[in-house]
Amino acid sequence: MEDVIKLHYVVPGDDFTRAGAASGDVKRTLKQLGISPAVIRNVSIAMYEGEINMVIHAGGGEIDVEITENGIKMALADKGPGIANVELAMKEGYSTAPDNIRNLGFGAGMGLPNIKKYTDDFRIETAVGVGTTLFLNVNIQ
Amino acid sequence: MKVRDIQEILNAEVICRDDLLDTEVYAACGSDMMSDVLAFVKEQAVMLTGLVNPQVVRTAEMMDMHCIVFVRGKRPDLNMIEMAEDRDMVMLCTDCEMFTSCGKLYSAGLRGGSAQ
Repeated sequence: MEDVIKLHYVVPGDDFTRAGAASGDVKRTLKQLGISPAVIRNVSIAMYEGEINMVIHAGGGEIDVEITENGIKMALADKGPGIANVELAMKEGYSTAPDNIRNLGFGAGMGLPNIKKYTDDFRIETAVGVGTTLFLNVNIQ
Repeated sequence: MKVRDIQEILNAEVICRDDLLDTEVYAACGSDMMSDVLAFVKEQAVMLTGLVNPQVVRTAEMMDMHCIVFVRGKRPDLNMIEMAEDRDMVMLCTDCEMFTSCGKLYSAGLRGGSAQ
């Protein structure tokens, strides 16, 4: 049986300054495991964008990461407002983030497109009023 | 180009990690929007920004960047400086505006990269 490393993070929704701490921790773990820099960067950026989204849009959430010899799987789940129009949300430049978030350097409408770009598998489950979960996978070649 | 060259060209103050001024950088990216920076793929790049908050350091961390240049006189706070020190990043501050900073570095041979 292959080894699986499982990591779990709770992302607080009220502290923008700490957003990204979970992604930073995963990045350090992958580095220690000797994973290639390109794979580490893809995982880090995708997860970081997801983590930021949780804080901006959903009041925080939870992230599960599974590392195997084949790849890194991530599930980012929140109980936020959900995404009414996923197709629109995937469009580069489309954003529902308020001005105060733009002043913090986010809300350019690049979050979900970036996540898709840096992952090999990208699936989104969302329901308005219930929440959103992203299922992401980055392969290790 | 070395980080030291950037410091000289922009007449910038070194805020932290002056032991890493000889680090080579091969590309640059200038933006106040961190998601635009995260869309940018280049090895050993430097970020120029007028944004000051901890997510600037986190973004640079995710991108494996070794240098952040704060333009138009912006200065990071102590928390950000400590984060950068821990992550082996040089922080520079210049009074030059974003456009001027990018122009000077471009003229000196540094190039951007296209977001794919």
